[in-house]
Formats: sequence, structure tokens, C-alpha cells
Amino acid sequence: MSVTDSTTPGTDAYVGMLESMSRTPEQKRRARNLGIGYFVAAGIALAIFVRGDGGTSTFTLGGDSSIGLPGIPLAWLCAIVLAALGGVQISRGTAKLQSALLAAATILFIVTLMAWAAAGRQFSLTGTLHDALKAATPLVLGAIAGILCERSGIINIAIEGLLLAGAFTSALVGSATNIWIGILAAMAVSAVLAWVLAWLAIRFHVDQVIVGFAINFFVLGLTSFLDSRVLTKNPQLNGTGTIAEWEVPGLSSIPIVGPILFEQTFYVYAALALVAITTWMLFKTKWGLRTRAVGEHPKAAGTLGVNVLRRRYINVTIAGAVAGFGGSWWTADVGRFNENITNGRGFIALAVVLVGRHHPVGALMAALVFGFTDALALKFAILNTGIPSEFLELAPFFVTLLVVASVGRGAHVPAALGKPYEED
Amino acid sequence: MELELRGITKRFPGVIANDDVNLTIKTGEVLALVGENGAGKSTLMNIMYGLYHADEGQIFVDGNPVTFETSGDAIAAGIGMVHQHFMLVPVFTVAENVVLGVEPTTGLLGKLDTAEANAQVRDISGQYGLHLDPEALIESLPVGIQQRVEILKVLFRDAEIVVFDEPTAVLTPQEIEEFFNIVESLKASGRGIVFITHKLTEALKVADRISVLRRGKTVGEADPAEIDEIGLAELMVGRPVQLVVDKAPSQPGEPILSVDQIHAVDSSGRTLVDHVSFDVHAGEIVGVAGVQGNGQTELVEALTGLRDVITGSIHLGSEDITHATPRDVHRAGVAHIPEDRQRAGLVGDFSVAENMVLTRYHDDGFSTGIKMDWPKARAVAADLVEQYDVRTPSIQTAAGNLSGGNQQKVIVARELSRDLELVIASQPTRGVDVGSIEYIHSQVVKARDEGAAVLVVSTELDEVMALSDRVIVMFRGRIVANLRRDETEHNDIGLYMAGAKEQPVKTDAETTS
Repeated sequence: MSVTDSTTPGTDAYVGMLESMSRTPEQKRRARNLGIGYFVAAGIALAIFVRGDGGTSTFTLGGDSSIGLPGIPLAWLCAIVLAALGGVQISRGTAKLQSALLAAATILFIVTLMAWAAAGRQFSLTGTLHDALKAATPLVLGAIAGILCERSGIINIAIEGLLLAGAFTSALVGSATNIWIGILAAMAVSAVLAWVLAWLAIRFHVDQVIVGFAINFFVLGLTSFLDSRVLTKNPQLNGTGTIAEWEVPGLSSIPIVGPILFEQTFYVYAALALVAITTWMLFKTKWGLRTRAVGEHPKAAGTLGVNVLRRRYINVTIAGAVAGFGGSWWTADVGRFNENITNGRGFIALAVVLVGRHHPVGALMAALVFGFTDALALKFAILNTGIPSEFLELAPFFVTLLVVASVGRGAHVPAALGKPYEED
Repeated sequence: MELELRGITKRFPGVIANDDVNLTIKTGEVLALVGENGAGKSTLMNIMYGLYHADEGQIFVDGNPVTFETSGDAIAAGIGMVHQHFMLVPVFTVAENVVLGVEPTTGLLGKLDTAEANAQVRDISGQYGLHLDPEALIESLPVGIQQRVEILKVLFRDAEIVVFDEPTAVLTPQEIEEFFNIVESLKASGRGIVFITHKLTEALKVADRISVLRRGKTVGEADPAEIDEIGLAELMVGRPVQLVVDKAPSQPGEPILSVDQIHAVDSSGRTLVDHVSFDVHAGEIVGVAGVQGNGQTELVEALTGLRDVITGSIHLGSEDITHATPRDVHRAGVAHIPEDRQRAGLVGDFSVAENMVLTRYHDDGFSTGIKMDWPKARAVAADLVEQYDVRTPSIQTAAGNLSGGNQQKVIVARELSRDLELVIASQPTRGVDVGSIEYIHSQVVKARDEGAAVLVVSTELDEVMALSDRVIVMFRGRIVANLRRDETEHNDIGLYMAGAKEQPVKTDAETTS
């Protein structure tokens, strides 16, 4: 007989007490905030979507198939469902269904949003999803670079700078030679920059966040300067031509999936392959075991004869090459370099690493969410919805803030992340 | 195999950690290396394991000079080490931790052969009776089992000489017994064991030979059959030592601290302190025993206002301090000696004088408005340094530069030098030299004799047994026993600490009367 049991008035009451206590104040606060979030979303639906143009929006799915959605009734449905959910969430919580309901509500809200934006017009759903995957590609590549660094214990906040350096180098070298050599040069330059980050962080114990920021601003300043001084005056040095999409024979004719997945540039296929390869390497090989050990408990690895610092140098340098490849995506997409062409996507890639829980597959999922936001924002600009274009450009960052804040500290971060390792 | 360290000297800025040390270890024997904290035991072993490099001296294996550039070299030479702080990756499995660095792989790309790794781990585990599941995650295992994983790591690398650095510090008495059995079986298998400890009874129990280090020097070798604990302590400290705490029987008065059904959880809702109730009376010392990580830290945090409790109440006399702030708790007359002096007790970069007024710079006329009265603070600090025998070059010396024992005395001086209702001392002598231990213990007893209620939390069972008038045992956040010291045996407490035994419910009135 234990001390607590004997003081319990009755088993049922005790179990009830345990259940109410198993929700910490933190969890209760979160549940309440989520409820408020539902009400805000319901409010938006009432204030904006319900007063839309009306009319049916037609979502095309490639080929001849399409779905028609009536805007106003859908907006009412969305508002009522979200308000009801908010009420339930605040009054008694939704327990285990919380995540599933949130996902369903989010999808309902987005569908309503799209129906409102495209009211009375056509909206290519497959086209948007195709563009979402395309926009997600540099994020995936940047995030894999981040994962390679962070899994070995080095914070790499310089992904943005590495992407930008890759974009610039591939444009310059690609114009002078050809784009494929430009891509290789981009990988080399970003690898060197990443190595500098590793060198400063490992050898001199410089704060990794500060080194990362320094690299970001160095690359932004240098590429902007060279762009205005060299590229603008020598247009022949800034025109590589783009890399065309390659339809995978057979697969691209699958309805719906084909146009989304298999009519893309080789960057998309390479990014998807890298997700698979990195996952396998990290979790199934000797290299991966050591990399993760170095990021979690470098001393444990070090005392077993694993060379911690060399592992970190190698990983960060490889990550640089991956980011350089990611940067060349912009050049291959538009055929030239523009000042600050990456426009903060490297920072979103950092968010993707966190939201994806330092796992390549998780990062792919997170990148798709951001890519979808990007593609949607672009579509809305074309549809002329009345939302100011500046706001649409902000959308991916706004979504980043929302998602990172809600995923928050649930994720496991490599235990030795950002801590210098000293060999005696 | 025979390993010899000859003339080893290692200097760190300001200290000579090892000064011309000689040591020989043979396979098939157990050598105990004893010495106080800071005597240079760990430095010496790190040199032997290739983690540090000696400034002077040479290591010999079977008479041949060798150099260990990295721990990899030492491992290759047949030396294995079980570190005091475990070198295990918490999110890895047992097998992953064991094979790290020498992973079995298949194919050209280095694919891990998990099945092979698991089989090998299971095999060695069975051979030495370690009972380890290769697929268990480290973070889910208790400390005693984690230590076996460390031992298995060493065996997996075919070490002939195994170094244990303070291996019993984190174990329950029963786990210590099991550990000694493992040491015996390692010795029987022909391996050499180095057992680093400051617990003399353990050294006398398992060693074939004892080497004593004092201030970086080898000051003697002893045969456990010919020396007793007192003689060994004298050799270790360099002067006669009193090993038992000198105190009169307690005269408990009114309850001062009354804790009723308090419950605390971490941010993810996991229970840390589970409906704990007890009283501490004026003029008695209550010791909290338990293996590290069973809620003692959080209990102290709750009592001192550093952690909020979800349910239950804490009373100091008639005053409710359940949700009081740390400053309120301090003002109510509670002294707190925190378990980690560097993290919570002192500001290392502040001077001794500044640290002395850290809890009351805002009171007692040390400040007027926004201006500190430093001359007054320094005068009080100088008095306290004198009174509490703090050995410091001056009161302006940064506290972080003092030895562990003197840092602890600064905290003791600050906390105990005022009128007190309650003293909460958490790990009061961790990492402190024998001389300071004696002194701190006498101060704690003095506080009791002056009528304060005292709560001592320690993972060193010897300390709890030496100081306490009553012993509380915590296991997984709960109090599983509340016993009078004079009716209690060491081994009995050990069973409670391991969760193997639980006391039927008793009220405090029954245990104190």
C-alpha cells in the first residue's frame, strides 16, 4: 500500500484528479490560445469571405476535370465550423483530437480562402501545387544544408548567405562558360564560405550565430556591389539561360499527380533524391551515427576516438556545397542574377529545419507548406484579389512566424548545438 | 599487461595538478587510487587515457615507452575508462552507444549492421551478467544500468585495464554491491582495474593495493589488509581527521516547516514531486536520502520559491509560503545552501564581498535608494570571512577563484549568519575537501542547536546518516520512508532508495514521538 493511495477518497475521484492534473498550466494555456485562434479565423471568414463576389470558383485539375465550389455558402460553413470548434476548444478542450481537428480546420480555411479569391473564375489547382513543389525546392536544399550542420552540432544561420553566393556564382561562371559548370562553381564557392564558418566557430570559438550573420551580410554586400559594378555593365556576364523542365517519360502522364510531380526541373528530382539519401545516411550508416553522436554528446564520441572537429568541418563544408547547389536554383529558374535574389528564403529554410525536427523528411513536409504559401501568394497576385502585393510577399514570412511559434519547443534539438567542443 | 606511469607532471595555469607521480597497474589486480577532490586523480587518469598530455614524464606498456595522442591510442593499447559523468548519447540505443567508433558495417557505403551490433552486445552482456537490452534507449534507463553500458563499452573494445572514475557516486547501496560483483568478475577474467574514489570504505573493501594522492603527489601506498579507515584518511588529508559528526541528541520543538501534499510537474506535465508531505521541527535535522534525480532537487526548489507547486501547501510556522517568491522565503528566515554552488550559489566573477551580500544588498542598510553602501558591505564581508574561516587572499578576490571548499564556506557564511527559522542545505559538501566538510557539518549542527529546523538533502547516504535525526527517503518524486535515524540501518535505507521497499503510511506525529 503506497502513501498516496491510502489518502485517496475514492478511485474514480483520484483518476479524475490525475487527469485534470496531467494537463499542465502550459498545456491549458495553449489549448485556450488555440481556441482564440479559431475565433479569429472564424471572424476573418465572416468579415471577408462571406462578403466576397459570390459566384462559383472552378478548380481545374489538369486535363478536362474540374471541381466547382460555391463561394458564399462555403464561407458561411467555414465560419460556423471554426466558431464551433473555438467554442469547444475553450470550454472543454479537444484532447487527443486537437492536432487532427487543427489540420482539418486549416485545410477548410485554405479552401475557403482559395474559393473566395477565385470567385467566378478558374483556378488551376494542379498548377498551384506544381508551383508549390517548385518553390519548396530551394527551401528543401537549404534545409538539408542546415540539417547536415545542426546534426553535427554547428548552428548555421548563414544558409541565406550561402544560397545567395551560390546564385551569384552560378550566374557569373555560368554566363562565362555554361550553366552546368556554373552550378559546380556555386557549390565550390559556398562550400568554401561554409568552411570559413566552421573554421571561425571551431578553431576560434567565435559565437556561431554571429559568424553566420557576418557571412550573410558579407555575401549580400559583396554580391550587390559586384552586381551593380560588374554585371550591370557587362550584361554578357549575367545571362545563363534557364534550365527547362523535364517530363519523366510515362510518369508525367498520370492524371493529377503527373503534372504536379513529374513535369519539373531536375532540381526538384535532385532535392527529392537528396531527402531520401540524407535520411538513409543519417539514420542507417556509420557516418550518420557518428554525425548524430557528435551533435548530441561530442565528448562521448571524442572519448571513443571519433574525431569530433574533423567530422564538424566535413559536415559543414558538405552543407555549403548543398546550399550552393540550392542557390543556383534561382539562376536556373530566371536565367540571371538580381540583387538579393534569394530574398530571405535561407531564413525560411532555417525555420523549415526546426519545424521539420531536424529530419530530412520532416523538412520536406515543412518546405511544402511554405512553398504552397509562396505559390498561393503568387496566384493571388495574378487573380487580382485586392490584397496589396506587399502583403502577399510577406505571406511566407507570416506563415513561418505562425508555424514556428505553434511548433515551438516541442522539437528535440541536438543537445550540443552551438556549443564549442574543446579537445584538451 | 603492465602499465606504468613514471614521473608524470601536469601543470594548469596556477596549479600543479600532478607532480612527479609514479603508478603501476598490472592485469589481474584491483588498484584503488584515493585522494580528496582536487588531489589530481582525474587529471592523472585523463593523461593515462590520452585526453590530457603530460608536461613531463612517460607512460610505459610492458616496459616500452608509449605516447597517447588521443584516447583512440589509449583504447588501442588496451585501456578503457568509465567516466564519472557518463559518456553516453541519451537518444541512442545501448548498442549504438557501445559500437560508436568501431561500428560493424556492411557494403561500401558504411551501412550499419544493426543486427550484428545487437548480437555482439547481447553476447558480451550475457558473458558478464550485465543483463542489458541492446535496443533500449539510454535516456529510458536508470543510472545504475547506464553505468553497465559504460562497462560494456570498455569490454567491447577488449580493454585489459579498466579505469573507473568515482563509479559509486551515483549508485544506491544495492547497486554498489552489484557493481563490486562486476569488478570481481572483471578481475577474475584477468583484467586490471583502477578504482578512483574518495570513499575509503569502498577502497578498503575491493582493492588489492591502494595508492594515495595528495595535492598532486603520490604520498603513499597501502595494503588494505594492514591499514584501517582512520589511517587511510590521515594519509589522504595529511593530518588526523574526525570521521564522525559530533552532535548531542536532538531536542525537537514545535514544527517549523510543514509540507502538505505538494505536487510539482515539469513543462511537459511529467510528475517531479508527487504529493509529498512531511514536517521539520525546531532543533532537529531531517535528512533527505535518495538517488540523484528522484525529485530532491525539485522539492528544494518548491520549498525555496524557485518552482511553483500545482497542489498542496507549504507553511513556515503559521505563515503560508506556498506561492511566496524566493525573496519572501528568504525574508521569512529561511537559509538556502543550493546544490550547485557555481550555478545557483555564487556569481563566480563577483568578489567574495559582493557574494556575501548577494541575498541582502537591498536590506539591512547596505543600500540607500539606488546607492550601495560598499564600505559597510565590505566590513560585514571581512567579519564573515574571519568568522567562518574562509581562506581567501582578500575579500576582493573573485569567488570563482577560490577552492570548492572555500566557495562553499562563503555560501554557508552568507546563509547562516543571521536569525534563522529553517536551514535548507542541498548537497552541502559536494566536491569539498575533508577539512571543509568537518567545518560545514559542525555549522549545520550548530544551527540546529540554536533552535533552527534543518533540512539536509544529500545523495551521499553517509552524509545523511551522519547528520540526521530523522531520515526521509525519496524515490520517483515520492516519500517512501520517514524514519528515526537511531532506528535505521544503512542497508534498510538502501532498499527504500532503490524503490524495493516502501513504508506503510505513518503520520509525522508517530515518527517524531
